[in-house]
Amino acid sequence: MDNFLTLFETYNVPAAFWVNIQLTFWAAVWSLVLGTLLALMRISPIPSLQWLGAAYVNIFRNTPLTIIIAFGVLGLFGQLQVSLTDDFNLNFFRLAILGLTIYHAAFVCEAIRSGVNTVPLGQAEAARAIGLSFLPAARLIILPQAFRGAIAPLGNVLIALIKNSTVAAAGSVAAEASSLMKTMIEFRGDLVIPIFFTFAIGFVILVIPVGLLTTWASRRLAVAR
Amino acid sequence: MSAQNVLFDAPGPKARRTILIGNIIGALLIAGLIAYVVFLLGGKGQLAADKWTPFLEGRTWEFFLLPGLLSTLRAAAIAVVTSVLFGLIFGLGRLSHVKPIRWFAGLVVEFFRAVPVLLMMIFLWLALGRSNLVEDAPFWAVVIALTLYNGSVIAELIRSGVQGLPKGQREAGLAIGMTQMQSLRTIEVPQALIAMLPALVSQFVVILKDSALGYIIGFPELLQNARRLGVGEGNLLQSLLIAAVIFIVINFALSSLATKLSKLLSFRSKGRARDETLDGIAAAEPEGTLSR
Repeated sequence: MDNFLTLFETYNVPAAFWVNIQLTFWAAVWSLVLGTLLALMRISPIPSLQWLGAAYVNIFRNTPLTIIIAFGVLGLFGQLQVSLTDDFNLNFFRLAILGLTIYHAAFVCEAIRSGVNTVPLGQAEAARAIGLSFLPAARLIILPQAFRGAIAPLGNVLIALIKNSTVAAAGSVAAEASSLMKTMIEFRGDLVIPIFFTFAIGFVILVIPVGLLTTWASRRLAVAR
Repeated sequence: MSAQNVLFDAPGPKARRTILIGNIIGALLIAGLIAYVVFLLGGKGQLAADKWTPFLEGRTWEFFLLPGLLSTLRAAAIAVVTSVLFGLIFGLGRLSHVKPIRWFAGLVVEFFRAVPVLLMMIFLWLALGRSNLVEDAPFWAVVIALTLYNGSVIAELIRSGVQGLPKGQREAGLAIGMTQMQSLRTIEVPQALIAMLPALVSQFVVILKDSALGYIIGFPELLQNARRLGVGEGNLLQSLLIAAVIFIVINFALSSLATKLSKLLSFRSKGRARDETLDGIAAAEPEGTLSR
């Protein structure tokens, strides 16, 4: 047991989880922006934008996240020398956020679209009846209700995002939790099970409150009809 | 997509003009985006013929892409079978009327749904490698990790499918003298499975996508082989792209199958899938799919 505890003096486990939380936060913000834009495109009256939105969702929803993240490091950085900052490690961190954003925006788009489907027809008809065109109707009438209806699916995307932030390991973000777990097990192979459960329980602690919170919020904020 | 055609009126002359202009701008945006990418790639010499011709050679496919695809499909196929079995056992466990069994199954399912698949994969890979139990540690790590996670999601699917059935189904089973388990096994779960078939197929897409995580632990699947090919031929960008396209084609076919099934089966079963209990991205709506 003493051995196990000294392991925590050598390795900073909370710092690794903090990296995952940061990855999740920035990817969540950006994918919410991109996903909302995509959802707007998919419900807009303009065919070429509808097509672009649908094509984006179908492509990135069906690509493994590992490929997207690996592409960021091996393709964008390695081959094309795309660099988001001069700091070597920060660059990998940002490329991982980019990859997570591109992937999860497709799911955010679908979540918001399912939220739009909860808005009754009468709301859109009323918006038209008072003379609102597409963008004002979307901004003032449809989206506010759609977001409230989309909280549960958006919460599921956020949970998936927390867990998927570990895939940043494929993008050379060596400070995140799954990479640290690998290092710790390689260092102390005899403690493989306690080390795994430490990290697993860390994720359970992160994920369960998000699930409870979004379930509570989706009931609390649901539009009463 | 009821909302789509209700959000705006049948367009008049003025609106048609606005839409036309918007359409042209949209098309220009798409064309501009493609042109920019092509320009960027061309500038870096990524469009040179020798970066692409390896994909016309038999040996590229014979030694790299096809063996990679084969191990991806093999791992995914085994994981599909084992995770459905896992899902059936723990789904029934969660519906059992014996409290400790229900409690235990619930704990297992919730735990494996909350832990990242990659974390389990790395743990299993290192643990199996140390124990010398199996020869091919990365392969079994991929299969077992996929089974534990997706099996738990399928257990939840089955549970919510059964709970979505009308109460009369179970009552009828009990009325003709069946035990709770008999009624579950022979009446409720079969109907729930049919109702959940589209979500189940969507989960198979997740299994196939997540098998690519094996890349991180050195399992020689499609992505890993594509990287090795790219490093050897000096065309990493192109190889990764081809690997991505292969994944997209297979997954898109599976997703389309799920959408078709959900339309086909909507009147085959009394049960209705309830979305909110599902692991989201996969099942936010019949045509929506997800990661893990």
